[in-house]
Order: sequence, then structure tokens, then C-alpha cells
Amino acid sequence: MDFRSSDTIPGPRAEDQLPHTAEAAVKLVIVGGFGVGKTTMVGSVSEIRPLTTEETMTQAGIGVDDNFGSETKTATTVAMDFGRISVSDKLVLYLFGTPGQERFWFLWNGLFEGALGAVVLVDTRRLEVSFDVMGRLEERGVPFVVAVNTFPDAPRYPLEQLRTALDLAADVPIIECDVRRRASSRDVLMTLMRFLHTLALTGRLS
Amino acid sequence: MTPPQRQRRHPEREPDPAPRQEGEGRNPERLFVIGEGNDGAADIDLVTLIVGRAEAPGSLPPEQAAVIRLCETPLSGAELSAYLQLPFSVVSVLLTELLAAGLVQARAPIVRQALPDRSLLEAVMHGLQKL
Ligand SMILES: Nc1nc2c(ncn2[C@@H]2O[C@H](COP(=O)(O)OP(=O)(O)O)[C@@H](O)[C@H]2O)c(=O)[nH]1
Ligand SMILES: [Mg+2]
Repeated sequence: MDFRSSDTIPGPRAEDQLPHTAEAAVKLVIVGGFGVGKTTMVGSVSEIRPLTTEETMTQAGIGVDDNFGSETKTATTVAMDFGRISVSDKLVLYLFGTPGQERFWFLWNGLFEGALGAVVLVDTRRLEVSFDVMGRLEERGVPFVVAVNTFPDAPRYPLEQLRTALDLAADVPIIECDVRRRASSRDVLMTLMRFLHTLALTGRLS
Repeated sequence: MTPPQRQRRHPEREPDPAPRQEGEGRNPERLFVIGEGNDGAADIDLVTLIVGRAEAPGSLPPEQAAVIRLCETPLSGAELSAYLQLPFSVVSVLLTELLAAGLVQARAPIVRQALPDRSLLEAVMHGLQKL
């Protein structure tokens, strides 16, 4: 692997450095289909310019061009945007925006298992692309809230109709948002945190 | 117009009721635990905070020297991967070696667990409110 000499690698700008008192971090995951607004949401609340971590996925495929049926391997790079919010001198919150396809999840060990919870971002023009990821979160016991991004040309449904269509448990919050606005993205995150708090109070978080 | 219909799924297995860490059974207030030790690459989380402990020895490979230089202040594994433009798995291996050599220190993340710690959630809510 090509690697630039260590002096040429730009690190965090001075204002992006964490204080030495930062002793622990937590993470939240924003999950949804392509173009639903994950990167926009990360960027609207992050204190640092959003960064990208990547992982390489090797897929075994069957060669079709030869007579031997030999296996070929193709490497795919999967990228994940993330941002950061220092919630106190000691505690740092990271937000990861990740594609909904389950085949990407295992690439980052513990991405969902260790997360406090998740935001499922949905677009009413393509509601069904979020079905699978919601099911996976339910199967893994990852608490989530649903945020409906209000695109101008998207069909508008009353939230109760969406709740029914998404077959959400009665206590799972669903809210509308415009994640281009920091206040709206913050409201979504607060909704998730309040939900987690309620689950903690009633001892149902698992 | 009606939206498409989904069907809810359910947890694949019941959450493990056994306390995961010593002493936890006596303290039902704990919902989150500090992630486990740093004895393998698998233990380095995206949000494990890494801090340099020493000057990089001159003999160190450039990737490792870069990690130490970047970690003058705490930096998560994910941020290291972003700044170094290396896959997270590669960064995990580098960090495992640096931890073994005692050149960096890891501050483990707080991960979701089966028993409650509301003060952590409240701290996050308080931080978000200030945004
Ligand atoms: N109207 C509207 N547009 C949005 C919203 N969120 C994102 N967009 C736009 O949708 C496009 C895709 O957003 P992006 O964050 O890149 O989606 P990602 O693929 O999920 O990361 C961008 O052009 C955004 O400006 C929203 O809440 N409302
Ligand atoms: Mg994106």
C-alpha cells in the first residue's frame, strides 16, 4: 500500500482537536438508502467537517469469461461519513451515516451492536428501501427512531398513516425533518435520546 | 394514495440476562459499559479514543509514526482512518501493534448494554441541547 510520509499527512485542524480531558466516546448511527440525507444530517450537526472512513470488502465471484469456472475476487470499497459532537469535556458523541444494506454492516465491527441507538432516515418516494434495515435493527434489538425527510416532490402522508405502513411499535417515535437545518437534525437526535431514556427508565433497553 | 406496507420483525434471541461484568448484577442502574480491553484488533472500536504516550522512535514505520503524530490529542479510530486515508481494518492492526509496544493508549468507548445508566443519556441530551 502506498503511504505518504508522516509529515505530509494533514491531521485535525487546531480547532478540531479534542481536549485531553476527553475520556470516552459513544456513537449513534444514521441509516438509510442512497440520497436520503445521511451525509447532510451528519454535516448539519457535526462540530468538525464530516470525515470519511472506508473499508475494503472482498467478494468472491465466479469468473464468467473462462472455461474453468474459476473464482475471481473483486474488492469493493465501502465508505461511511461521520461527524462529531463534544457533549462535554469528557464525553464525545460520534454520528455515523451508513448505507442500509446489511452486507456492509459487518465491515465495521460493532457498528450497530455498540451504538446507543439508530436513526432510520426515510424518503416517502422510496419508503420500501428502509424496510429491510428496520427489520434488521428489530432483530438485533437496536433501538431506533424514524425520521421522515421532507423532500419537496415526495408524497406527504400523515405520520399516523406512515406509522401503520411501517408497522412501528406504538412507542417508537416517528417525526418529520429537514436535515439540511441544524435545529431539525438536532430535534431528531433529541427524539432518539429521549426514547432511549424512556427505555432505560422502564428497563427495556437491550 | 397509500404507502407500501412493512411487517415488523422481532429480536432473534432474548437478550442475555446474565451480568456481563463482575459486580454488575448488584447494580441494575448500569445500562452502558466501558468496552473490553485492548488485547486484539477486534477490540478497537470506531470510537475508541487513541492518545500517544511517547515520542515515535526513529525506527518506526511511517504509518505508525503518523498515528503517533496525529494522536498528540485524543483521536478516534474512525478519525485516524479518515486522516490517514487507510481502511479501518488496517488502522486497527496498526493500533494493535502500537498498543502492544506501549506507544499509544486507548480510551475504550461506552457501548450499549442491557442495564440502565441514565446519567450518560442525560449528558448526551445536555450536549445536544447546546447545539
Ligand atoms: N428537501 C430536502 N433535501 C434534502 C434533505 N436532506 C438532504 N437533502 C438533499 O438530498 C441530497 C442527498 O443528500 P445526502 O445527504 O448526500 O444523502 P446520503 O446519500 O443519504 O448521504 C442532497 O442534495 C441534499 O441537499 C432534506 O431534509 N430536505
Ligand atoms: Mg452520503
